[in-house]
Parts: sequence; C-alpha cells; structure tokens
Amino acid sequence: MTEEYVLQMKDIQKEYYGNRVLKKVNLKVKRGEIHGLVGENGAGKSTLMNILFGMPVIHSTGGYSGEIFINGERVDIKSPFEAMKLGIGMVHQEFMLIPDFTITENIKINREITENNLISKVFKSDRLKTLNNKAMAEDARRALNRIGLNIEEWITVAGLPVGYMQFIEIAREIDKTGIKLLVFDEPTAVLTESEAENLISAVRRLAAAGIAILFITHRLSEVMLAADNITVLRDGEVVAVRKKSDTNIEELAEMMVGRKIDLKSRSEESKEYQDKEVILKIKDLQVDMPGERVRGVNLEIFRGEIFGIGGLAGQGKVGIANGIMGLYPSKGEVIFKGERLELNNTKEALKKGLAFVSEDRRGVGLLLDSSIELNIVITAMQTKGNFLKKIGFFSQLDSKEVREYANKMIKELDIRCIHPQQLTRQLSGGNQQKVCVARALTLNPEVLFVSEPTRGIDVGAKKLVLDLLLKLNQELGMTIVMTSSELVELRSICDRIAIICNGKVEGILKPSNSNREFGLMMAGEYRKMQKEEVPDNE
Amino acid sequence: MNETLNKIIGRIGLPTLIITLLFVVICVIAIIIGLPFGLIASDVIRRFGMFGVLALAMVPAIQCGTGPNFALPIGIICGLLGSLLTIEFGLTSPALGYGFISAVLISLPFAIVSGWLYGILLNKIKGSEMLVATYTGFSIVSFMQIGWVTLPFSHPEMRWPIGKGLRVTVSLESTFGEVLNRLWGFTIGGVYVPTGLLLFFLGCCWLVWIFSRSKSGIEMITVGANPKFAAAAGINVDRNRIIGTILSTILGAVGIIVYSLSFGFLQLYLAPLYMAFPAVAAVLIGGASTSKVKISHVIIGTFLFQGLLTVALPVANQMFPEGNLSEVLRMIVQNGIILYALTKMGGET
Repeated sequence: MTEEYVLQMKDIQKEYYGNRVLKKVNLKVKRGEIHGLVGENGAGKSTLMNILFGMPVIHSTGGYSGEIFINGERVDIKSPFEAMKLGIGMVHQEFMLIPDFTITENIKINREITENNLISKVFKSDRLKTLNNKAMAEDARRALNRIGLNIEEWITVAGLPVGYMQFIEIAREIDKTGIKLLVFDEPTAVLTESEAENLISAVRRLAAAGIAILFITHRLSEVMLAADNITVLRDGEVVAVRKKSDTNIEELAEMMVGRKIDLKSRSEESKEYQDKEVILKIKDLQVDMPGERVRGVNLEIFRGEIFGIGGLAGQGKVGIANGIMGLYPSKGEVIFKGERLELNNTKEALKKGLAFVSEDRRGVGLLLDSSIELNIVITAMQTKGNFLKKIGFFSQLDSKEVREYANKMIKELDIRCIHPQQLTRQLSGGNQQKVCVARALTLNPEVLFVSEPTRGIDVGAKKLVLDLLLKLNQELGMTIVMTSSELVELRSICDRIAIICNGKVEGILKPSNSNREFGLMMAGEYRKMQKEEVPDNE
Repeated sequence: MNETLNKIIGRIGLPTLIITLLFVVICVIAIIIGLPFGLIASDVIRRFGMFGVLALAMVPAIQCGTGPNFALPIGIICGLLGSLLTIEFGLTSPALGYGFISAVLISLPFAIVSGWLYGILLNKIKGSEMLVATYTGFSIVSFMQIGWVTLPFSHPEMRWPIGKGLRVTVSLESTFGEVLNRLWGFTIGGVYVPTGLLLFFLGCCWLVWIFSRSKSGIEMITVGANPKFAAAAGINVDRNRIIGTILSTILGAVGIIVYSLSFGFLQLYLAPLYMAFPAVAAVLIGGASTSKVKISHVIIGTFLFQGLLTVALPVANQMFPEGNLSEVLRMIVQNGIILYALTKMGGET
C-alpha cells in the first residue's frame, strides 16, 4: 500500500536547543508527482530537507524523531552520500558548478566513467584509470536531452546564462543512476520569468518520466503552475495538503501566513496619521547590500509611530535601515525632519538623531569581548563625546559616570548579568539584544531603527524585547522603525507595516488587514492581482 | 582537580605557564651549578628594560586590528636614523640627555611619515597583515643596506676608517651609551638596578595605557575588536588603523634607541632584520593574542622571555661547553611561541 509513494516522511519532529522547529510533519510524494512545498522563511522547509539529506547539522544537534520511507522501505539517512545512494537528488538554489569545467565534466564529476590502462593495471588502482570521455559525453548528452536543453556538452560552464546553469545542475542530478526523487530548493529564485517557465516545463517532463519531484518555493503562482499537490508548512507544522484543483493562490497565501494573531494591543487604537508630522521621508532609496538589495523604496514615516518593515528574506527589507545608516552604499534621498540627510555617512546619521540596532547582533551589534558597560556607552562616547573627562587637551574615560549610567540602564532594561564588567559574549541572546537597545538609547535618538530584534532569542525573551520597544514608543514617544521577518511580531506592535518585495514596497498594510492580503504581498502577487482586477471592473 | 587545573591554565595561558616553568627550572639549575647570581640578576633586569619598549610597540598595532607588528624594522630604521643624525650633528649635550632626547625627537618625523605610508599599505591588504608586514620589514632592512653605505654621513666615529659607508656597529660610548641605565642606578646585594631605564620603560607603558583610555584610544581599540561594529558607530576604520600603525612605528623607533643605548652600540645593516620576532614573541608569551593585548602582557612577557634567554645562555654554556646551544634554544622558544600563537588565531567561533 505504501509502495506507491516514493517518499514518505512520518511524524517528523526536530528540536534545536529546545526550540521545536518541526512538529509531527507528514509528507508524501508519489512516483511521477510534482509536489509543492510552500511556507514562509523559518517555516521549517530547510530543516525538513536537511533531515531528508542527512545533513551533519541535524545529527550534531541531537537528530530527529519520526520515520522516513523510500519506496516503502524504512531508511535512516545519516549523510548526504547515503541520500544520494538512495536515489535522492537536490538542485540547489546557489549553483554548485565549477566554471572552468565543461558541461560534461560538471555533470560527471566524481562519477566519471573510466577504463583501465597500463599503469592502473600495474598499480591496481581505480584512481589511475583513464577517463572515457566519449562515454561521458554520451551520458551528458542523454541527460541534457531529457530536460530539453539544446546546448553542446563540451562548452565550459563559465559565461553561460544563469538559466542554463540551473539546467546543468538538474542534468547532473538526473544523470545519477536510479534517481527517484529530485528536490528543487527555490529553483526559480535567480531566474527570469521566461527562464522559470522553461524550468517548469523541464520539471514536468521529468515527472512524466516517473521521477518524483519535491518543489520548494514561496512563489505561489509558480507552485500553482507546476505542482500536482501542495503542502503548506507554517511554524513547523503542516497546515494543509491540497490538490492543485482544490485551491487557489489566495487560499495558499492565507494559509502560509495565517496565524491566530493577537491584535489586542494596537489595531483598535491604531492611530490616524493624516495630520501627523512626517519625520522621515524616503525617496527612491537604493541600497547595494549583498543579498538584500533595495531597488527604489519610497516611504513616509510619521512621528511617534511604530512602523514595520516586513517581507521574505532576500527581498531587501533589511537593506533599508542599513542603507539609511550608511552601512552599505546607497543612493536616493532621505529627508529627516525636513532636512536632507547625507547618505553613506554613519556618524552624521547618528549625530542627527537616528539610531540603529543591527540584525547581525554578534557581528555588527556587539563588541563580544568587551564589557557590557563599554558596549552601552561607546557609540555615544564616539559621536557625542559623552562619558569623557577632559584633562588639558587629552580626554579620559570617565569610569565612574560610565558605571553609574550602565547600572541605570541594566536596571531599567532588566539586563540579566552578574556585573557591568561582564563580557557581552557570556550573555544570552535576549540580554545581548537589550545591550544593543541600551546603546541605541544612549544616543537619545528620535528615530530608532531595529532590525530583526527577536532573531535567535528564545520565546520568553522575544516578548520582553517587543514589550520594551512598545514601552519606548508609548512612554518616550520615540519613533520606531522595526524590520522583521516575523509577521506576527510586526502585526502585534506596529501601527503600519510596509511589505517589501523584490527591493520595492509592495504595499503598506495595517495590522488588522487580512492574512490573505499579507500573504499575497509577501509573495509579490498583490499588485499583479490588482492589475488583473482593473480590467474586470471596467 | 582536572577542572581547576584547566581553569588555571585557561586564565594564565598555556604558553605563559610553560615559559614560566622553564624559567624557574633554569634559574634553579643556575643556582645549583653555582653561577654568579648577582651578575645574572643584573643582566635580567637590564635586558628587561632594554627590550621593553620594543615589545610595547606591538600594543597599538594589535589594538587597532592589524595584528602584531612584524614590520617593526620600519620603526627601528627610523630610530637608527635619528640616532645617527644626532651623532652626526653633535647634538649630544647633557641637556639633551647626551643625545638620547635629540635622537628620539629626530626620529619622530621619520616614524610618523613611514608609519603613515605603511598604514595606507596595510589598509589595502586587510586580512593578510602579518605576512605582508614580515616581508615589508625584510624589504626595508635590505633597502637600507644601500642607504647605510651611500648616505653622506661623515662623523669619524661612524664611518669606516677607509672606504665608504657606515660601520656595522657604532659605539655610543662617547655619546648617550647607558645614560638611562646610570640615571639613579644603584647596586643592592650585588644586583645593579638601572632605575632610569626601568622608569622610562614603565613611563612609556603608562602613556600607552592612558592613551588606550582616551576617546581616540577607545575608538582605535573598537576598530581592532570589531571593524563592522566600529563602522556602525560612525568610526572611520581606515584612519584608526593608520593611527595605530603610526604609534607602533614611533614606539619601535624609541624602542631601538633605548635598546641601543643600553647595549652601547648602534647595530646597522642586517641587525634589525629579525628584531621584530623577539618583540612579537614577548607579548605573546605574556598572554596576548593576535587580536587582544594588555599592558600587563608586555611587562610579564618581556620579563619572562628576556629572563629566560639571559639565564639560559650561561647555563647552557656551562652544561654544554661546545657549540652555541643557547642560541638554538632562543630560536626554538622564540619561533615556537610565534608559531603557537598563530595556530591559535581565529580559533574561536
């Protein structure tokens, strides 16, 4: 009975350091089926695939529970190599190709066809055998034909268009003998639309040849186009398994983000901003931040609001704050309190009254091997000259003032530590984040940018950090711009939320807007749909 | 038991511990085989003061994030130039510390300019500072071989009696040789204490410490500790790396003047070639890493490293009369320590 399924994952559970990321996940893929797997970042897609491929990260963090069946047989996959032997292949999002090798060489790498020669016979070593280039080229040709790629197999990969590279990756996977299941991890992320269409038709052809396909993506229109069945994953749980014919993009969008959201705090009292002062105006901001490129963002932020910036990873939401603060080269215009802000000048931005809590807490946010007190005061000391004693023309650190101030902040923000002299490396994630916030507050900013404030900290601490931001906003009237991948968090404290897609603002929503609207915006389908609706209305 | 042992080792640092034990063992042997204690102790103290400033030159370099300054010969050359010019122009009146003060002052502009240029170079090769530094040091020493021969120095104490160019060693006996050693120097229990020399070294340490607590100093240390953080705090990373390099070069120049003064000779030509290595080894033995250093590391490290070498020499000569085993020992300890520190680099995640 189970034999008809190539892959069956049953009750998969996985914890990372006590944080449950997968809860009883079930997944079934039939022979010749294209199965879509959709979910937000952090929904557990990658973890599930890591388990399927036996990645070391799974085993070094305590393994997983649940069962995996391949062709009805229970397997225990301990390494990617075993996964390969079982006939599971993966087409990566980032290409794993060697540019200076030919297509054939790339396809056959480490699986070369060889024949004996004199030396290899004498030394009885496989490693000394001669390559059979002709047979290899034939194999490569066959694989390329199967996916319908008309390109000479002896061309080097370097310089090929991106779309072709993806196909070569696929060709390499299907050339492996006995491939039963092929996983595509966001294969269209770097492709243009027409390339993506080609890819999908190639995927169809493969499925028709009897290979089971698992298609992971967050582009909903594609999954609707390609997949036969769709599993929606959210917060480590399977929310729904749908046949394509039984669902539509809107329902998928809703299921992808829809959580019972606790809107208690804001939505009812969500203020009206028509006659409020615009404190920060962003015009056509472009930021060259690798992986988070911003391609022309226009926003208006009002004094005294909590403004959320959301969207999927890699769409550019993180780049906005980094660009305004001058950490990555940026172009465009930012007007702060009616004055034009000089871009690419961090010191200027800090002096004018902007502060930033970085998303990269351990990399950019903290001096890990310095004390808590130094971490708190250092930016204010450098930009404003606080906490210094002047002795002649020479300045000295005012240890007493620093200690007093640090103790005050530790108490106010409830930073759990032994002593202000403790190294920040030894603090927990939540407390480290509080130190970062404390440093930003020391600057007395009018606008506080906070990026991913809850990333990598445990659930209880998350709430504390969010409450802290809310308190700053309500009690001090501080304008807060919070960037987060966690839509729930944004919706629980923000007044308005801009969703960024493809480096641009897809739209601005209120926390009370429906799951469907949020889902569509994040998937970049919102505008398209509205465009489509316009002719209908006429 | 094991845990407390690990804790102790963790706090003191394995190299510091090993060298301390070796030092103690060799001292015990020295006493057992009856070497003159007073002479050796005097020598240990003298070499401690003599090498200290050179080791201190590592501090700004490590603090600003360029790693131990293997290009110390740049500073050394500047210091030598300052000393040579002092002798050439006869600026050796007692008011100028018999030439010591003038040598330091003259070498400053050289050190600032060359440190600045070298800092610019370092900013272009971020990530491979130590390797580039080593070869920059080697190159500058080789280049100055030509300089020592061709520069138009004419003072008879420095020139070869016949032919062209400067001598390999220039005696400082008639100028500022040993001025610091003799300043307030006294003998106690057969041990000579060169008070001036020690005070000068500790004074330099104090200055560097004061600087590290000033706004500019904290700025520089921040750059060294986390350049990304520094940039996010509006600090100019490249400029601070240049400042650190200039300071290190200046201390190198002052360091070699103090060294030569106590040694009694200026050593030209190939002598500066390997000068950076004992200085690097000293701070590393003291407990510094390639990214973090304290003044205490300099003091402890210089004392242990120089002490070990000073005592080991007569002990080794006594035990193995043939050959220069002590020199071999010095090379093993010095290079072994540097190797150890380099393997520890970037070990933490």
